[in-house]
Amino acid sequence: MAKSAKPASKQPPKGRKGAAKKAAAAKPARKTASRKSAGKKGQAPSADDLFHYYRQMLLIRRFEEKAGQLYGMGLIGGFCHLYIGQEAVVVGMMATASSNDSVITSYRDHGHMLACDMDPKGVMAELTGRRGGYSKGKGGSMHMFSREKNFFGGHGIVGGQVPLATGIAWKIRYAEEDTVAIVYMGDAAVNQGSFHESLNMAAVWELPVIYVVENNEYGMGTAFSRVSKTDMSAKPVPHGVPASVVDGQDVLATYAHFRELIAEVRGGGGPRFVDLQTYRFRGHSMSDPVSGTYRPTEEVERRKAEDDPIAVLRDKLLAGGHLDQAGLQEMDDEARQIAQDAADFAEASPVPDPSTLYEHVWAEINEHGRLFFDGRDR
Amino acid sequence: MAVMTYREALNEALREEIQRDPDVFLMGEEVAEYDGAYKVSKGLLEEFGDKRVVDSPISELGFTGLCVGASMAGLRPVVEFMTFNFAFLAIDQVINNATKMYYMSDGQFPMPIVFRGPTGAALQLSAQHSQACETYYSHAPGCKVVTPATPADAKGLLKASIRDNDPVAFMEGELLYNVKGEVPEDDDYVIPLGVADLKNEGSDVSIITHGKMVHVALQAASKLDKDNISADVLDLRTIRPLDMDAILETVKKTNRVVYLEEGWPYAGTGAQIVAMIQEEAFDYLDAPILRVTQADVPMPYAKSLEILAKPSADRVVEACRNVLYR
Repeated sequence: MAKSAKPASKQPPKGRKGAAKKAAAAKPARKTASRKSAGKKGQAPSADDLFHYYRQMLLIRRFEEKAGQLYGMGLIGGFCHLYIGQEAVVVGMMATASSNDSVITSYRDHGHMLACDMDPKGVMAELTGRRGGYSKGKGGSMHMFSREKNFFGGHGIVGGQVPLATGIAWKIRYAEEDTVAIVYMGDAAVNQGSFHESLNMAAVWELPVIYVVENNEYGMGTAFSRVSKTDMSAKPVPHGVPASVVDGQDVLATYAHFRELIAEVRGGGGPRFVDLQTYRFRGHSMSDPVSGTYRPTEEVERRKAEDDPIAVLRDKLLAGGHLDQAGLQEMDDEARQIAQDAADFAEASPVPDPSTLYEHVWAEINEHGRLFFDGRDR
Repeated sequence: MAVMTYREALNEALREEIQRDPDVFLMGEEVAEYDGAYKVSKGLLEEFGDKRVVDSPISELGFTGLCVGASMAGLRPVVEFMTFNFAFLAIDQVINNATKMYYMSDGQFPMPIVFRGPTGAALQLSAQHSQACETYYSHAPGCKVVTPATPADAKGLLKASIRDNDPVAFMEGELLYNVKGEVPEDDDYVIPLGVADLKNEGSDVSIITHGKMVHVALQAASKLDKDNISADVLDLRTIRPLDMDAILETVKKTNRVVYLEEGWPYAGTGAQIVAMIQEEAFDYLDAPILRVTQADVPMPYAKSLEILAKPSADRVVEACRNVLYR
């Protein structure tokens, strides 16, 4: 997990306002970025911070590309949902979180784990279902966890993780801790009852939880506007949870917004809801085409050209004179190497030992009685 | 020994466990200010405050999921369902999250949590409020299922369930709350999960059952006794873990078995028990095992129809006679 926001240069980052305008202009149909996203306080990311965000986004991008390759080679099975296009969301958000804050998300979870500082090798080895994976091959792409990093998992049922986050926040308040629960979900999750029941309880009990919608406009192949009469930002309003809208393709906008928001929640301000406007550059999962029948190829191509979060930050780094092409290339090579090392590890790691099939079904094997009913444990 | 009701025994267990472990809290509809829909949590709010005894909104999915998340994060929640009939709204959180988390995380997240409340029929509550829900939970690896029949069992098993490190569906009986019985006066009266209890000793036939039906079985045994037929009544007490040793012992003693349960027959608990007995004690059986269950229909409202739908002592007597061929 990224460290807490570091106090850095007193100047606002170069080019931020220009980029925000550009992003807004590129998406006339969408809401403009939150008012809060324009940095108004003195603290802004240092050049080192910017490099860190760039490296993290690149790592996620290269990792996911590699995962896609391994999937194509048959080394990864089942469902595999890539995060490509949405990297700025989790990198910007996690840059504001402390390592003691808790994070939980849905099944499009690889990027979140990398942003929580989990080992890319352990993540990739879980994708290949090997012993070296975070769940030793029992979870797969959608179910990985790290107690050590306070990462409470990828979850496979749309909206199913939202009450869990609310409960993690309940525990934070119960134990009077100074931390925050952060839950990510896709736009489709806000139509689940679990979302509404959670927000209601979080508001009533003023729980320290941030509900982050990664609004990539499509729940699988269904455009959000086709399944919701109201705007995304209206969803939490009936529950008394404040909403904000942020340009999720601009890591600096995301960072600036969350830096304030997380402080409010940590300070006892109760739950918050954020509509992070982003876009998925790949299919819903590896088994789907990139655009499919539900969105035009031109739309995807245009968004990739105009809204690539990595390109947005790269342009700022170049324009700000922080870095030259060679420096960028070096960082990219580094990310590719980490992804390759992860893939090598994931391919070489042995498959799970058959004896582990029955491990960890029960945390407590009672002294009396049978717990298994398939002929074992007679 | 103290004589108390099943309700009071549960209340004592909750009080002692909330007192004993600061991570234990009770959440559910009407558990605090109202003292519990069935008064099981009476006085607990006053004693422990609203941090430990929490009124939830009527959001079964939501508060169940919240408690599952709190368990992941290190607390030991007790979730009260006003009845398990309402828990269908929450079953995604129980099955997909609570029972699988430990496995999916390769042991990183144990899930100590108790889901408790009444299951089964009461009187004329009709289809949506009268169903025995055990099998929905016992079906899933990762979920323990406990069905106490007496006040003593209610107390000892609830304490064991709260102390257990896995999810436990603790299923009470609405019609049992007023049943009185002797309960040991011991703060640490804990009955280990997975130990069946022979509630009546006989030699001619075995009535195996669980939960509220133990009382129906005992009525049947008493009727059979008048005809000089003596019945073992084996109360499983917990369905997972299952005391198979005790089952095999009674089967080998009487060689004739009737399984009695409140739920529906298809894929019911009895179906599982029968399958296991024939796998493991086929040669000891002198007759096919019969089951007495609820009629295979949704519970009707009319008293006359409800009586027909519910398992009764007379039907158990008849089944016992059938397996004895007399």
